[in-house]
Parts: sequence; C-alpha cells; structure tokens
Amino acid sequence: MAKSIAQEFTKGLWAEIPPFRLVLGLCPTLAVTKTVQDGIGMGIATTFVLLCSNILVSALKKVIPSKVRIAGYIIIIATFVTVIEMMMKAYTYELFQSLGIFIPLIVVNCIVLGRAEAFASKNGVVASAADGLGIGLGFTMSLGALGAVREILGTGALKGDVFGFVYNIPGIFGDAFQPFGFMVEAPGAFMGLGLMLCMLNLIGKK
Amino acid sequence: MKDMIKMVVVLTVLSAVSGWMLAGLNGYTKDRIKLQELTFVKGPALKTILSGAENDPISDNFDIEDGETIKTIFVGKFDGKPSAVAFESYGKGFGGDVGVMISIDTNNDTIIGAGVTTHAETPGMGAKAKDDPTFVNSLKGLPIGELKVTQDGGKINAISGATITSRAVCGAVTDASSTYNRLKSQINEKLKNY
Repeated sequence: MAKSIAQEFTKGLWAEIPPFRLVLGLCPTLAVTKTVQDGIGMGIATTFVLLCSNILVSALKKVIPSKVRIAGYIIIIATFVTVIEMMMKAYTYELFQSLGIFIPLIVVNCIVLGRAEAFASKNGVVASAADGLGIGLGFTMSLGALGAVREILGTGALKGDVFGFVYNIPGIFGDAFQPFGFMVEAPGAFMGLGLMLCMLNLIGKK
Repeated sequence: MKDMIKMVVVLTVLSAVSGWMLAGLNGYTKDRIKLQELTFVKGPALKTILSGAENDPISDNFDIEDGETIKTIFVGKFDGKPSAVAFESYGKGFGGDVGVMISIDTNNDTIIGAGVTTHAETPGMGAKAKDDPTFVNSLKGLPIGELKVTQDGGKINAISGATITSRAVCGAVTDASSTYNRLKSQINEKLKNY
C-alpha cells in the first residue's frame, strides 16, 4: 500500500474533498445547503453511511461475486441509509424534518457508491474505514461551508441546532441589510457551488 | 452454474441479514418515533390551537376511518365538556405538502385556531406561515368552509412573498372543513366518551 492510513483519511479533507474535487454527490449539495444546520446534518448522515458501507464492502469484497457486486453494494448502502433514517426520526426529529426526502436519497448518492466501487472493493478494512470517514467529513465540511454562505447571504443571520450545539447569530450585517432571498432558493445553490468550486480551483492552482 | 448459485446465495443472505437487522431496529425505534412525531409535529401545534384546554389533547385522541385514510382526532375539553376537536389536513405548498393542524369548536362550527405542522417551504418566506403566527391567527374565529386568499378573490390576506404557501394553508383549512362536515356525526358519537 502506497499511502498510509492517515493519508487515506486526510485526502478526503482537502486533496479529494467532495463534492468540490470529486464533483460527485451534487444533488444533496445543491438541495440541502439552505442552512448550515441542514448541510452539516446531511454531511454527518452521509458520513455514517459511507463509513459503515465502506467497512462492510471491504470486509465482504472476497465473498460478493464481482458480477453482482453493485447489487450487493446497494443492499449494504440501503440498509445503512434506512438505519440512519430511523435513528434520525427517533432521536433528531427536527433535523429529519428539514432534510426530509434527502435522507433516503443518500442511497443513490454517487459518493457512497463511488467510494465502495473505487476504493473499498480494492482496499483493506482499516484503509476503507479511514477513506470513508475522511471523505464523509470532507463532505460535511463542504456542505456546512456552502450552507453558511447561503444562509448568511440569504437570511442575514445564522441560526440552528446541530446535534445539541445551538447557535443563533442574528443580523450579521446590521438591520439595514436586505437579504439576497435567491441565495436560499435553488438558483442560489448553483451560484454558491459554482463560486466555491471556482475559489477552490484558484487556490489549488498556485 | 456454480457461479450463479453463489450469486443467488450471497445476495439472498445479504438481503435476509439486512432485513432482519432493519426489522429489529424498527421494533426498537417504533415507539420512540411515534412519540417524536407527536411531540415535534403535532404537539406544539396542538398546544397553541387548543390552549386553555383542561385536558391533555395529545393523549386524548381517537381514530376515524375516512375512506381509505385514517384521521386521528384530538379532543379538547373546555368547561368540562369535550367541545373542540383538532386534526391535521394538507395543502399543496411551494416545496411540497403543507400540513396544518386545525381545531374546530363543535358547538358553533368555527375555527378555534390553526397551526402549521410540517412543511418544506422556503426559510424566511413561506416558512413564516409556521414561524410567524400572524397569518394563522388571522384565521381564528372564522366559520368553517372554503377559505381563499385575497389574490384568489377571498378574504384572507396572504403572507407577503408567500402567496403559494398561504394558499396551501387556506386549501388545508378548506379540506379540513369538508372532512369535518363529512365525519361530523361520527365525531360527535365518539366525543360522548370523553
């Protein structure tokens, strides 16, 4: 193995940070980043699924015949998505409400299937776990950052509750600020994502 | 042939284990999920629209079959009598269905109150229907029946910038009114038990 476990973990945080570097999983990125809370919640749910599915896919890579591997991966991923959906319903109901349909849709998130196929099916369990956790946290950070940009510009405030961590910063730009309403709408997601992608590419270019 | 059997066996076992795991988890979380739905979705709305009730409307409820769906009706007691009922109804909003909990005074068929329960409307705009009670308060005391926003030739002032959401709330109330009229005799029958 060329890379160490630590490298597998940290590459997800910057070098291959999704969705900006991998440009996968754009659907939830565009849809749920209306607020920081939704973005981070979605990221953490995806991280859980990624971590568990990567571990299991890697552990079962010799058992699952290669012809039906995709079907097998889907079963594994769908199971963990249902697990996280039930857990969120039972313990973080408000977050579940605001994410709604996008939780079950993690099943078809390209990042999860992509990591199972491109990484976990070829590497060991520990490396796959590190990869899943790294990519997942990177995804969480990206969604949180995009959510912050959209929420601050779109509503002029930051407000929410991320797994018990409550924050409320009203009127960041003062009372005279007229929020860019469109930032919390779908077009704002495209603009925000495009600008962040552009900035990351500029930084990456040197 | 051997390959095929292996594929079938692996996928079957994988699905079976997954199904068994999920069934177990479902059994474990089922009650908690129901409780969460009551506290987070229906509870806050119920408490506001039936404020002043002598009983706990969340626990005093019964189910009525309405065609293929089952409506859960919550009972509110005022002056010792079960004189108010509340139930949920839906209208088509900007981002999907808007759920509205509406309470009706069974003595004179007027709206005691309404509150948005579930929605996927835009924060800061349509979401005001839930966050800012001004709009739903404007429905208080109206007789049940068809409600329309002023844009549609009705009497309800829509939330500015959120006509579609306001229309959804009015639609939900209209729908609730017809449900109530349809089920009225059954509701009154059940209310005698409280």
